[in-house]
Amino acid sequence: MLTEAEQHEIEAEAAHYPERRAVAIDALKIVQQHRGYISDATLTEVAVFLGLTRAELDGVATFYNLLHRKPVGRNVIWICDGVSCWLTGYGRLRRQLEQRLGIQEGETTADGRFTLLPIVCLGACDHAPVCMVNDDLHHDLDPAADPDRMNKLLEPYR
Amino acid sequence: MADALTHPLTFNLPPDGSMLALDAYRAGGGYQGLEAARATAPAAITEQVKASNLRGRGGAGFPTGLKWSVLPMGPSARRPKYIVVNADEMEPGTFKDRLLMEQNPHLLLEGIAICARAVEAEMAYIFLRGEYTLAATRLRQAITEAEAAGWTEGFRLHLHTSAGRYMCGEETGMLNALEGKRANPRTKPPYPGISGLWGKPTVVNNVETLCNVPGILAHGVDWYRGLGRTADGGTKLYGVSGRVQHPGLWELPMGTTVGEILDLAGGMRPGLKLRGLLPGGASTEFLTPEHLNVAMDFSAVQKAGSRMGTGTMIVLDDQACPVGMTANLTHFFARESCGWCTPCWSGLGWADRILQAMERGEGNPGNIEKLEFLTGFWGPGATFCALAPGAAEPLLSAVKYFRADFERHIVEHRCPYEGWDA
Repeated sequence: MLTEAEQHEIEAEAAHYPERRAVAIDALKIVQQHRGYISDATLTEVAVFLGLTRAELDGVATFYNLLHRKPVGRNVIWICDGVSCWLTGYGRLRRQLEQRLGIQEGETTADGRFTLLPIVCLGACDHAPVCMVNDDLHHDLDPAADPDRMNKLLEPYR
Repeated sequence: MADALTHPLTFNLPPDGSMLALDAYRAGGGYQGLEAARATAPAAITEQVKASNLRGRGGAGFPTGLKWSVLPMGPSARRPKYIVVNADEMEPGTFKDRLLMEQNPHLLLEGIAICARAVEAEMAYIFLRGEYTLAATRLRQAITEAEAAGWTEGFRLHLHTSAGRYMCGEETGMLNALEGKRANPRTKPPYPGISGLWGKPTVVNNVETLCNVPGILAHGVDWYRGLGRTADGGTKLYGVSGRVQHPGLWELPMGTTVGEILDLAGGMRPGLKLRGLLPGGASTEFLTPEHLNVAMDFSAVQKAGSRMGTGTMIVLDDQACPVGMTANLTHFFARESCGWCTPCWSGLGWADRILQAMERGEGNPGNIEKLEFLTGFWGPGATFCALAPGAAEPLLSAVKYFRADFERHIVEHRCPYEGWDA
């Protein structure tokens, strides 16, 4: 069962669309916010709530980059691999992060603190290379310019 | 001196990067375009936008007034009519709409309100990419301010934040995404102006496009056309990224040349030479140093063999690997393909694997010809939307201008630039 809070938030978004199924993406984002990711059981609950089949909703859930169908860590680091970042230090940044966290892109640290994922161009190309940690954009991250930058930056994300 | 008449999109942006709030926006002449529009008949507003020669800033350059004029008008028109603002800025190398939404959200809202009056739309959705969290916060604040002040009278406005996928930026994919579906493209015709969101008449316009509209209404068509250096009217937000001295974004007269824009970016970083550039995002053909005098407008760049696209150029220097850059671009397109059309999901993946192998030193004779063969299936008309044709543009032009580099990767079984980003 979706919680009352989840239902309430979904209904508030649904009011902006003439058809109920239009809220599917918002609904998945809302439950993900509460639960961390969209498990099979969660998918079923949302599908029932919206009157969609599981298959229809899973088609949506697996399509969008920001929706997680697998568990992720408490914090998600999204490394921008857009072309401007690629030109200006993405390789160095990715290697540094993978080394520091001891994981590859797509993996989660053993303590569940970080998941490292690739993301398309984040639209901050004048300050490349960049990454996003959860909802926060961080820019000018080339380790060649400041090798310690990323370490300090990750500190507050517990 | 930059003012409302020379730099209508950016003249009064706070230098600290904060948002231009409603009172400051009003003090700079904000919402005067909407006031003028309210005193003008809807069809006459569309006529003015047509006469201004404003062309869509999302990349395709379609005439905005013409797009608006397709919508059925009057009491017999099917309703509700919708406006969908394409704020899904996901074209790699493009960072112009972010600036407008984070710092000048009221300019966008004023453009939407004028459009709503012109096409008699009841509802407008801003389709914002989910990663633009600061833009979302500021747009929400601006919407609250504008609603309280009565600037959204006559229509409803909702900010939709997406969950991320390049395909959402394609206008019919965006309509499907707003309807809660996968962002697969739809066949055209019917065009969204006739049958769009939920089958109703719909205008889909880019953020920067709509931001150009208030000035046209406030200062007139002649002023707007006079802003540009060429037939395409107005100013343009041009950007430069890559290994230049000062990457950035500048509002300049439409038709400013490639070389002038690169000069504003301070030229290349020390020790690097200009090798090539994508003039307007990932899905445009490479230009080379011989194109520095090309005017950045829709027709001149096309004549030079590329497209102006979003007007934000990505610069390749002489020490980064052009094959690696092409592999990065093709990997992006392959990953973001929605899977709807076979030449795209299958062909892009194939090309991606070839390029990645080349970069690892595992290329084979015939690879270049295979890449050319594959792109032959990506042309306009072979797929529902422009993703695959867009992927062909950098790939084919890279093979054309940097063929020797592709050949060296194969012959030498290694990347000749190995270690360039160590």
